[in-house]
Amino acid sequence: MPKISESQAWWRGYQNETEGLRLYPGTCDKSCSDRPQRRGYRSGGACNIIMDAAPTATGPIKEAERRITRVPLVLNRRNFSWLTERISGVVEQPAPRWWWVAFTITASAATFGLFCIGYQISTGVGTWGNQIPVGWAWDITNFVFWIGIGHDLAPVPNNWAIWQNFRSALMWDVFAVSTYFTVSVLFWYTGLVPDLATLRDRATTKVRKFLFGVFACGWRGSNRNWRHYEMAYLLLAGLSTPLVLSVHSVVSFDFATTLVPTWHTTIFPPYFVAGAIFGGFAMVLTLLLPCRAMFKLQDVITPQHIDKMAKIILLTGSFVGYAYTMEFFLAWYSGNSYERFAFWNRVFGPYWWYWWFGMLFCNCLSPQLFWFRWCRYNILVVFFVAMCVNAGMWFERFIIIAGGLARDFLPSSWRIYHPTWVDIWTYIGTLGIFTSLFLLFVRFLPMIAMSEVKTAVPEADPHYTTPPGIQSVSPGGKERTR
Amino acid sequence: MMKTPFGHTVYAMGAEYPSAAALYEAAKRVRDAGFRRWDVYSPFPIHGMDEAMGLGKSWLSGWVLFGGVSGLLTAALVEFGPSWGLYRLDVHGKPWNFWTVPAFFPIMFELTVLFGAFASFFAWLGMNGLPRWYHPMFNWERFSRVTNDGFFLAIEARDPRFTETGVRELLEQTGGQHITIVHED
Repeated sequence: MPKISESQAWWRGYQNETEGLRLYPGTCDKSCSDRPQRRGYRSGGACNIIMDAAPTATGPIKEAERRITRVPLVLNRRNFSWLTERISGVVEQPAPRWWWVAFTITASAATFGLFCIGYQISTGVGTWGNQIPVGWAWDITNFVFWIGIGHDLAPVPNNWAIWQNFRSALMWDVFAVSTYFTVSVLFWYTGLVPDLATLRDRATTKVRKFLFGVFACGWRGSNRNWRHYEMAYLLLAGLSTPLVLSVHSVVSFDFATTLVPTWHTTIFPPYFVAGAIFGGFAMVLTLLLPCRAMFKLQDVITPQHIDKMAKIILLTGSFVGYAYTMEFFLAWYSGNSYERFAFWNRVFGPYWWYWWFGMLFCNCLSPQLFWFRWCRYNILVVFFVAMCVNAGMWFERFIIIAGGLARDFLPSSWRIYHPTWVDIWTYIGTLGIFTSLFLLFVRFLPMIAMSEVKTAVPEADPHYTTPPGIQSVSPGGKERTR
Repeated sequence: MMKTPFGHTVYAMGAEYPSAAALYEAAKRVRDAGFRRWDVYSPFPIHGMDEAMGLGKSWLSGWVLFGGVSGLLTAALVEFGPSWGLYRLDVHGKPWNFWTVPAFFPIMFELTVLFGAFASFFAWLGMNGLPRWYHPMFNWERFSRVTNDGFFLAIEARDPRFTETGVRELLEQTGGQHITIVHED
């Protein structure tokens, strides 16, 4: 028998144990045995029980036990301090070269984008390609696109410096978006505090000690603190969830309360919510998959997580496909000739390829690959679909916004929208700002909530008893006595 | 006020435990011994620890309810106040009577959530006495592992049942390691 590393032995045993769960091959091998600096890890503690248990798993009780064996949330029996080391290491070690290359590109795009925004503000909106009847174009498309992904802030529409009109959809939008943003920041920071304390306790330089110290608020992991923390975190999560629904519903009201064909429809709120979750998950995967590979986080972000996200994309992508179909049906069923024309125009008009490529191929067809297990477990396929969805959701917003306007009620006023260089570079700039901020986040703050992941380790259970022959894995090969 | 032979004020006696399970069992013993001023420290929240320490439900939720209700009332005030008399805004011929109420729902909802979230955040800080950048536990060198993989228990000197020998014995019996006096300063 060829000599195999312990981790490989564990991995094979694990695969036998959870037959049918075809996690993609090589995940474990790449993450735990290839690199010399990590040779010392005892990564395969679990092989003992699993290898021993497999041949005896014949009786009905053993069979039942085998069936309820769940895929662990943290693979390879990584222990608490491994999680701390690996996740904090991303922040503490010098930035890898690829990070500098990526950051140079995104920061340049961001700088040019900021220049375009400055130029547009100082010169006027005439720098955009918006022309009546297409009064809303890339500006609003980008707004909805980024709202769908995360958060953004809208200008306050004010009725000539008098009391606000609280019955206007634009006003609702301001409240919805700023609430969404504020609650997201509070939720994010609350979750970050225990991990900032981890970085504070590991900090070696004065500046780091001071900054992490200040923002960690003196967190000391006391259970009297955890008690309130958990309640606060639970309630913030509960409050954020309906906000996802409300913010996208309200954004859709901006359109639905007008009379423009293809905008004036009651299907918009659920349609936009599904689209936003769809696009949001795709963007998360777009960022997560490269980070997972670059920072060797395969044991924490497991194939199981990616599989579940792929299923959400399949589900919401199907919602979106259904909404597209229903729009066409309603356009026909309404008997309204403008509505019928607008949808005919969407498929065969000047923006035909946006529809065929963006809406049909990217949004409706590509997620259907996730019906197949091997697609959900193949990183390249998942990444390809996520990129398709990112592009498709942008095209969808554009075709909804500009497609309806460019061919409105009066043929004499029809006009095709052409973006100017300011439009194009502002959009590229927003992508640059977003990715630059993300890269900075990854470098300066823990990208995975360590204190939360630790609760998913079996030893976190207060009723956990160590099975004989098991040792958890510490960094540097040190075994902890239990 | 207890002093060490070197003149430091004693804050507590602390012990380290090898695992979450050991800490959980120790917490139950300390609770049953009748101590009031004590705490356990862990890198993550341990499920069931509140019961093991004899703590009830966190009533932080009460603050969140208060925040949510005040958000709802604030929204109602800024919307209904002007519309029903103070400053009637005639835009797009939209009504300002009873039938305008549904148009106010989105902002009522948003402010309810916003104020609730702020209440949750500030109640969390307030009820925990945070931010508090100095704490005697930080004087204990081993304690820096608490945010990594250390599990600690400390019984404070101001607890009426605190005696140096009694507490040390209890911590030893529950399997505590590295038992030590933690200084106030």
